[in-house]
Amino acid sequence: MTTQDTELKAQQSATFAWGPFLRKNGGLVALAVILVFNIIVTPNFLQMQTLFVNISQVATIAIVAMGMTLVIATGGIDLSVGAIMALAGALAPLIFLSEFGQANPALGIAAAIAVPIVAALACGLFNGILVANLKVQPIIATLILFISGRGIAQVLTNGNLQTFSNPSFSYLGTGKVLGLPFQGWLALLIACVLYLVMTRTTFGRYVLAIGGNERAAELSGGPVKRVKIGVYMICGALSGLAGLIVVAINSASDAARNGNLMELDAIAAAVVGGALLQGGRAPIFGAILGAVIIQLVKYTLLANGVEDEVALIAKAIIILAAVYVQQARKE
Amino acid sequence: MAELLNMSGIDKAFAGVSALSGASLQIAPGEVHALIGQNGAGKSTLIKILTGVYRRDGGVVNFNGAETVLTSPREAQATGIATIYQELNLVSLRSVTENVMMGYEPKRFGVLINWKEAHRRTREILSRFGIDIDVRAPLGSYSTAIQQLVAIARAVSLDARLVIMDEPTSSLDASEVEVLFGVVKGLREAGVSVLYVSHFLDELFEICDRVTTMRDGRTVDCRAIAGTTKLELIAAMLGRDTDEIAEAGMTEFNAGMSGAEKGDVLLEAQGVSTGPRLNGFDMTLRKGEIIGLGGLLGAGRTEAARAIFGVDRLLSGKVEIKGQPGALETPAAAIAAGFGYLTEDRKAEGIIPDMSVRENLTLALLPKLTKSGQIDRARERELVDHYIKALGIKTANMEQPIRELSGGNQQKVLLARWLAIDPDVLILDEPTRGVDVGAKREIQGIIRDAVARGVGVVLISSEFEEIVEGADRIIVLNEGRIVTELTNPGITEDALVRALAHTEGQAA
Repeated sequence: MTTQDTELKAQQSATFAWGPFLRKNGGLVALAVILVFNIIVTPNFLQMQTLFVNISQVATIAIVAMGMTLVIATGGIDLSVGAIMALAGALAPLIFLSEFGQANPALGIAAAIAVPIVAALACGLFNGILVANLKVQPIIATLILFISGRGIAQVLTNGNLQTFSNPSFSYLGTGKVLGLPFQGWLALLIACVLYLVMTRTTFGRYVLAIGGNERAAELSGGPVKRVKIGVYMICGALSGLAGLIVVAINSASDAARNGNLMELDAIAAAVVGGALLQGGRAPIFGAILGAVIIQLVKYTLLANGVEDEVALIAKAIIILAAVYVQQARKE
Repeated sequence: MAELLNMSGIDKAFAGVSALSGASLQIAPGEVHALIGQNGAGKSTLIKILTGVYRRDGGVVNFNGAETVLTSPREAQATGIATIYQELNLVSLRSVTENVMMGYEPKRFGVLINWKEAHRRTREILSRFGIDIDVRAPLGSYSTAIQQLVAIARAVSLDARLVIMDEPTSSLDASEVEVLFGVVKGLREAGVSVLYVSHFLDELFEICDRVTTMRDGRTVDCRAIAGTTKLELIAAMLGRDTDEIAEAGMTEFNAGMSGAEKGDVLLEAQGVSTGPRLNGFDMTLRKGEIIGLGGLLGAGRTEAARAIFGVDRLLSGKVEIKGQPGALETPAAAIAAGFGYLTEDRKAEGIIPDMSVRENLTLALLPKLTKSGQIDRARERELVDHYIKALGIKTANMEQPIRELSGGNQQKVLLARWLAIDPDVLILDEPTRGVDVGAKREIQGIIRDAVARGVGVVLISSEFEEIVEGADRIIVLNEGRIVTELTNPGITEDALVRALAHTEGQAA
């Protein structure tokens, strides 16, 4: 009797369905594996400093990835996020370093944050109108700003690196709340707000409906154009915010490098987090998980002396694995 | 006479659902043979088996005296069976010569294409069909008719013994049709057989020798076209004859017997046109009334629904809603005015497959469920729960993705989507298509109950008994125009079939 029982148990544990478990929780499992690997291998991994560095770097990817997740949920894509970061990042120092900004420091800081965000919103509006009203393929529509946005930023700054010392503005990238980076908390707050938007509001419901079946959404009275423009504007604003954070971290704005290749990181994070490229799904916290995984892999390789170029290959493998898991899930 | 093609006892099922059972088809050499039947009768499945796109589950195919098993369209072509599809599978940016010669180009030194010879041969092939065009020009620069003829020419140049034409005239104008008919007759004289699929019955009398009728996956009739009437063909397609029509009560509807006085005018359309497919459409819909739209495929029924619901822009005409002028510009405006539109294509225009039953059901209602952007989720669940019970929707729970439900239950969820907005007008395009018999009666019952509450319904259905027994009035359409209007009680399927046959006659 007892031997039978133990045998049965042994059989059950032997036949534990790893496949479905991995497919469902692949992201979390990958995160656990990376953490355990680092704890064993990477020197000084379990230190406050490590946590601090990683959070301050992952926040920008996560913020952009959340905007990207919304765009992807409607079946679109936004290649212009990196260029919008550069544009917003170039505008901010121009404003608080101007005569007006020097004369009115408080107003200058407020304008240095508000104006770039408004500019980023306008970029999103431009993308949205191209996609929703003029029916341009999203990849082509956003390619326009991908190319020209960074160019505008460089023209604005004459291609110069703008360095500055402005502690109140730098708080965006270096401030601490409860001992952790300010931008980490900011990313978390944005995630919570977007989560509520996606689950509780008509806007969120329409985003998913449009990604799931645009014809049906329109015939059921969904404001397809407005919602599409909305997601590109949200994505633009979040990219602008991320651009400001990068500038604040460095106390310098480099229009040529700010947000460079961010579109790929953001798409990768969204996909690793469970977004479907054909639309219809918007895992907001998944985007954060995806961003964390990508950041940790970068960090692991860097901390163990592996070169940058190899890190790029590792990133590609993660994306491949995420897409494979998605395909398997569909079947 | 020895048949060129003899298919018999063909069975085919998809995922356990039978599409063909014991279907057969015989075509003689040099014969133009028509194949007719309603949507879903099995015509295209039979053709796809013949051309090697599908494998048959059972039955025998004899072609040219030998039993054949074709496994790919390419193999079919090599055997001498060529198909001219509705959507031409030619390369419109390349020249006519390249299209005709593709894969069989004359070569010089074994590798280089001998263009001079290729152009010459192409001209020669086309001249046999009386086509004289610049063969160096891109194919896409010519009309659809010419492109179709080029496709036929290519097929014949590859020694086709049987040419299959699927709705070849659907995108041609009258003079182009004449040219095509000339080619078909030329093929017949050359001893090539033609299998001609069309829903324009008048054409068949002009060029076909025999006609095979299919219904519900079976071959029900095969006869010489000479001595046949159009009424007989329609009756065979629908599986009705005058005796059978006397038998009443095939649906949950009760032929205009609701008895209630029809109420106020909900909707009045006058001279509505949206293009060639809908021209001068008039309709007056009152409270508690069902208006049926009758007509064959492509008659303009769906176009009428789309015009009323604000999907297609009106070119002319006007729509009045409850006496107020003003056409509906968008579906959102139509919904706000109390209109619901159950679309014909459930998959493409109805369900959002990955969303739950709950989210699908409340999609049209969202604006009314929202307070300052936020969805009232308690009320949403309450409503969904109500409709799941009231319509008997079989689902594990309201969070189950709709794609996992059966067709009939998906359709009930979509009906509930529109009932939930408490509509004044419901436009139902093929509400019972693709659902099983039980669900069909339930859906008809739901419609009847809605009408009893005063909803005005515009009903489109290819199931004749549904509109004959359901509608108070039937507006019969043909080629985008209203041809007649029938009023219940007193409509019989026979009368409707006659009206359709009559319109076909007028159209010719």
